[in-house]
Amino acid sequence: MPAARKRNIRLRSQRGASGVFTEIVDHLRTNRTGLRAEWARRIAEAQLLKAMSEDEILTETASLYDNYIDVLETGAVEALESYARNLSERIIPRGVETHEVIGIVLLLRDVLMRSLFVKYQSRMDVLTRMLDAFEPAARRIAVTVAVGFVHERERIIYQQEAAIRELSTPVLPVREGLLILPIVGVIDPKRARQLTAQLLRGIRANRAKVVVIDVTGVPSINATTANHLVLTVEAARLLGATAIVTGLSPELAQTLVTISVDLNKMHTVCDLRGGIEEADRLLGFRVTRVDGPSEQPD
Amino acid sequence: MQVPILKQGHYLIASVQAALRDADLINLRDSLTEKVGTYRSRGVILDVTALDVLDSFACRTLSDIAAMIRLRGAHTVIVGIQPEVAFSMVQLGLRLEGVATALDLEEGLEYMSRKTIRIDHAQHGK
Repeated sequence: MPAARKRNIRLRSQRGASGVFTEIVDHLRTNRTGLRAEWARRIAEAQLLKAMSEDEILTETASLYDNYIDVLETGAVEALESYARNLSERIIPRGVETHEVIGIVLLLRDVLMRSLFVKYQSRMDVLTRMLDAFEPAARRIAVTVAVGFVHERERIIYQQEAAIRELSTPVLPVREGLLILPIVGVIDPKRARQLTAQLLRGIRANRAKVVVIDVTGVPSINATTANHLVLTVEAARLLGATAIVTGLSPELAQTLVTISVDLNKMHTVCDLRGGIEEADRLLGFRVTRVDGPSEQPD
Repeated sequence: MQVPILKQGHYLIASVQAALRDADLINLRDSLTEKVGTYRSRGVILDVTALDVLDSFACRTLSDIAAMIRLRGAHTVIVGIQPEVAFSMVQLGLRLEGVATALDLEEGLEYMSRKTIRIDHAQHGK
């Protein structure tokens, strides 16, 4: 018996809610122009979507508004999910930020809620019922759009990460027994591991005695990667190769000293040229100019 | 498993063929320090190419061997550490400090001839 009663109540409340939704949707459809203008005004006031032109904002807000009402009417968020993905795909390359997207969706909620207040202010009981129905739906819509946007962003970030990883670091044999490893870009732990493995394999394959690791292209370094670099130098020594680190910028040098990485065992030279000269000295090479510069081929 | 120790000119070559138990390492240490005196060798080359793991005891024993050989008046070089082994060693903090290393046996022999050339010069000078 109690179960049946409960179901009965739920059905009634659902029917009630859908009735409320119909009323809300009707209200929002009839006042579409006014509410959209108000929303656009609030967006401009909050200085959101500055990366987009006015026309674009108008089109996007129009379709977002209609999608919003559709969700209120049908309760199906799937269409909105795909719309949010689609929207994110279009606006992320334009430089639209997460806070802007969430901001405009919340502004629309505010505008709609306020219009409900204005319409039903004299009938408190109806207003309460309306808000009871509207609030969870509005919350769900805001979450859906925000999650769609963040997912799309993450997808792009993963894609870029994979692209960066593909630009692997080459190990270049320069002279007999000399390898150069130019590192360009940020070293994350994954890349650092790959780099070490490549270098150690390169040492064995090329029978290298000296390795010049050039970090001119590394903008910043953290304690983990710095320690990894030290480990790489040590491991190279175990394979019988001397590692020379070149191109430590003043900022990198400062960071390394501040985070007190033990660099005593690292052989460092200021630039790649100096590093190669030092390597030549260790290997017993001497570079001399034969006569004047040879003629450049055209 | 016993590690064969070969005499090659002025040098001793100990070539590790399979994974070593702690007792084998101690044996290796004892026989090397003894033979270096018997043959009046100038250098010892320890070839670990066949090893795919070097633990802390092995590293300490190798360091000990190098230090003892030095006291016996000869040089030591460890050759043939695999890249993967090298990196896992430094990650574990096993740096083999103060021990010379070389890529393989050939490089090790070259290292030895470089190191002992001074001795030859000194003897010729006499």
